[in-house]
Amino acid sequence: MAEASTRVVREYETIREVRGPLVIVEGISDAAYDEIVEVELPNGEKRRGRVLETAQGYAVVQVFEGTTGISARGTKVRFLARTLEVKVSDEMLGRIFNGLGDPIDGGPPITSGVWRDINGDPLNPAAREYPEDFIQTGVSAIDGMNTMVRGQKLPIFSGSGLPHNKLAVQIARQATVRTGEEFAVVFAAIGVMHDEALFFKKFFEETGAIKRAALFINLADEPASVRLITPRLALTLAEHLAFDLGMHVLVILTDMTNYCEALREISASREEVPGRQGYPGYMYSDLASIYERAGRAKGKKGSITQMPILTMPNDDITHPIPDLTGYITEGQIVLSRELHNRGIYPPINVLMSLSRLMKEGIGPGKTREDHANVSDQLYAAYSRAVELRSLAAIVGEESLSEIDRKYLRFGEAFEQRFLSQGFFENRSIEETLDLAWEILAILPETELYKIKDEYIRKYHPKYRKKAQQQQ
Amino acid sequence: MGVKGRIIRVAGPLVVAEGMTGIQMYEMVEVGEERLVGEVNRIVGDKAYIQVYESTTGLKPGDPVYGTGAPLSVELGPGLIGKIYDGIQRPLDAIREVAKSIFIRRGIKVPALDRSKKWHFKPSGLKPGDKVSGGDILGEVPETPLITHKVLVPPDVHGVLKWVASEGEYTVEDTIATVEVPGKGEVELKMYHKWPVRKPRPIREKFEPAEPLITGWRVIDTMFPIAKGGTAAIPGPFGSGKTVTLQSLAKWSEARVVIYIGCGERGNEMTDVLVTFPKLKDPWTGRPMMERTILIANTSNMPVAAREASIYTGVTMAEYYRDMGYDVLLVADSTSRWAEALREIAGRLEEMPAEEGYPSYLASRLAEFYGRAGRVRTLGSPERIGSVTITGAVSPPGGDFTEPVTANTKRFIRVFWALDARLAYSRHYPAINWIMSYSAYVETVAEWWHKNVSPKWKQYRDEAYDILLREDELKEIVRLVGTEGLSEKDKLILEVARLIREGFLQQNAFDPIDAFATPQKQWKQLEAIIDFYHAALEAVSKGVTVKQIKDSLAVLMRELVMTRYKVPNDKVEEIDKIKQQLIEGLQKLVEGQRTAPAIAA
Repeated sequence: MAEASTRVVREYETIREVRGPLVIVEGISDAAYDEIVEVELPNGEKRRGRVLETAQGYAVVQVFEGTTGISARGTKVRFLARTLEVKVSDEMLGRIFNGLGDPIDGGPPITSGVWRDINGDPLNPAAREYPEDFIQTGVSAIDGMNTMVRGQKLPIFSGSGLPHNKLAVQIARQATVRTGEEFAVVFAAIGVMHDEALFFKKFFEETGAIKRAALFINLADEPASVRLITPRLALTLAEHLAFDLGMHVLVILTDMTNYCEALREISASREEVPGRQGYPGYMYSDLASIYERAGRAKGKKGSITQMPILTMPNDDITHPIPDLTGYITEGQIVLSRELHNRGIYPPINVLMSLSRLMKEGIGPGKTREDHANVSDQLYAAYSRAVELRSLAAIVGEESLSEIDRKYLRFGEAFEQRFLSQGFFENRSIEETLDLAWEILAILPETELYKIKDEYIRKYHPKYRKKAQQQQ
Repeated sequence: MGVKGRIIRVAGPLVVAEGMTGIQMYEMVEVGEERLVGEVNRIVGDKAYIQVYESTTGLKPGDPVYGTGAPLSVELGPGLIGKIYDGIQRPLDAIREVAKSIFIRRGIKVPALDRSKKWHFKPSGLKPGDKVSGGDILGEVPETPLITHKVLVPPDVHGVLKWVASEGEYTVEDTIATVEVPGKGEVELKMYHKWPVRKPRPIREKFEPAEPLITGWRVIDTMFPIAKGGTAAIPGPFGSGKTVTLQSLAKWSEARVVIYIGCGERGNEMTDVLVTFPKLKDPWTGRPMMERTILIANTSNMPVAAREASIYTGVTMAEYYRDMGYDVLLVADSTSRWAEALREIAGRLEEMPAEEGYPSYLASRLAEFYGRAGRVRTLGSPERIGSVTITGAVSPPGGDFTEPVTANTKRFIRVFWALDARLAYSRHYPAINWIMSYSAYVETVAEWWHKNVSPKWKQYRDEAYDILLREDELKEIVRLVGTEGLSEKDKLILEVARLIREGFLQQNAFDPIDAFATPQKQWKQLEAIIDFYHAALEAVSKGVTVKQIKDSLAVLMRELVMTRYKVPNDKVEEIDKIKQQLIEGLQKLVEGQRTAPAIAA
């Protein structure tokens, strides 16, 4: 920032080439890498862009709002002698912005605040604090088996038409920590359709959640280059709220698939060597520069918890977008079309879901001592049940052993009672675990080999009943 | 002394500078007014192509570039252990103090080794007039309670010792010896020296890896062992438990020094290591694990060029401790991210891409890296043997093992621990797929097991493995006819295979007892399962059904599985008791069979 401000604004009218979202300006020899550019069209319209490549004699500029209407003649390109910065402040809570951070709710412009580079700096691994505060989302499949902690980045892997928005909203509404501190929500809609944007706006406004939320909305019909900016804006605000002002921030980014499509589009227009399926080879690093902006830090009270949402093209989890995301994030919540079609909400495929930070967030003092064992047992038993279900479909239930048939009944109960819950149903972690025990009791006790004996005697409904009778 | 040129082009981490005549390939350079660290990786005329290890935002044509006259090197000396470095050996905790920020600001220069800390140096007894050469031990420094740091004559110094410091407290910058080197005159030696990261440190001779590197993991030590000085790859899709497995290796393996490279991975994973290692006790010595660990963290959001260098930084440090005579374990998580950094830089250099955009030299770079592993006789005297064991994670896109990084890695490693998403989904951890994995060291380490644990090790190990293979075949049949259609012997195979999977292959990295199993405990568990199988096979051949066995022995079979959690390493004879009860239970069933033969049909 400091080094840029000593230089002056330079103006050029020498556009050599316009290609896709890119403008190549000739004659300039001192454009800085990542410098911000203002493009003024002959009709006076102003657009913003940034320098992607600089050399002696030319600079490659990416125009955020697209190049439609830009002509090689009469268009002025101003190099603004600073990198892409945004003014962030807690004034932005309760407000709605477009994808470039301009207010679109009719309210006044943001006046106070600090200027920050939207790319941020990498958080020093030696300054990080390990996330370990349990977040109760009130959703059994998450709290019980894929526990979220404060400072985690846990995405939802969904498919088109699945209720990921509904689930995200339910989580945003219900998420609490046991100490009762509330989350501020920074919400970035990236390339979403109008109706989706309305759904979120309505939710935030109707529930009053807007008071502690900032919304950045980039619509699908707006230029692709803006999509690369929107999540970074949101995260720059989140970092300010968390690490300067000590707030706990939940960041929801939807839909990261649109972000990646925009990245591919711009990469292609730069004629870069493509990696898998035409996505640029640096997509992993690029996504990491977004997802890694989450966590806790030493000496800072606040935290950033990230929940990116992405739709898997053709429900394919091996597609580069979910694949690279899964390698960066600390787990994933996977939604299943099959469960959704069977009317189960939330349709969480727990077997494919995972929370990597779960182990630190659960147990005595945080949730309950039996939590880890119960979760492991649910996983093992449900995965057996699913396996046996496909076997039974071929050979018939009769050719299964008695124990195997109990597993099938367990599987049914797991989906209908544990997984399934209402949009407004907010289960406490105790309710979730007790429910788990009820369905585990369908199986013989000798099958509960992931649970310590002492917990069986303490929490298994059979012994609980006995204990109650004795009292 | 250095060359000075100026920037003519900036594109991401790649900078091109002109006026660089005299610059060397792989020379370290400083770029821009902030003197960002970079490395030359192509020279054309007076132009140098530079990969910059920090963010290039704000750099512009005309900015200066300074040569340093030396290739990218690391500092090797006391004070490395217990530290966390970035990919080019900058101490991250010191950066935090200098920057006064939780973020990494660029352009910060902090030496890798603390210049003010005093170390207690004790000379080894070499006298002025003695001939010394590279690798000779000049003295010792207690670096941590676990590691006695041997102060070595740098590999490229040979001559006559003129003077050596007496026992006392010195900083790494103090001269502790002078050596008369023919043709160079007197050379001052300090407790540290520099070594270029891309150049393997010389050795005297390499041996075949023959001793197992015990990790405390049953599926590894017993099924797919790794040897000291060996190479292993651990590929798996996300969520299959690569990081947990690697961290467990770093925690529990009997290596004396562990170097853990977080190469393009998650920030919180490094924090996890930083938080847990000081608390965990090394099972071999009872000391905090951080006293034998060096961390290199170049997380996914840190500059991509430094990620490429991080692997070499790590392996150079590993070789340095090997040269002191230690067994070193190097863990690289993940080599795929390193390969991607290579691809990204190659792309910016507009090199001709080979498979999936990776440069054509991907395979040779991988070979060079894994080639730096080995069990060796080091340079210098007294004579000593050390080893570097390399385990690299591979993150194949979509879990596809035929992609270039996995496929090429397979050519240079001897142990392949294939992680399987399906096993992970059912929380079978470690999710090492026993059908796809292999180890070329089974034969070579068998001798050690036979001598130190049990002469029947190989036989029982193979038998357990055969049962697992047979289970895999039977599962296909079950898919067609159901379990009830199988013969009793085959049903028994399925039951025993389940015992092996749940009671032996699975291991809970976070359970205080289960996380680490000594070779003795591993053997007792294996023996119990296989002896039970033999006894049950006999019972079945005498007409007892598998259902009878399960009905009467289910509780005991569960107990056998639970020995993982219930039997600590110093009470392994408990396992024998359960085994005995099981075998007696089987005998009772056989006897019952004799008195009531009518039911058997």
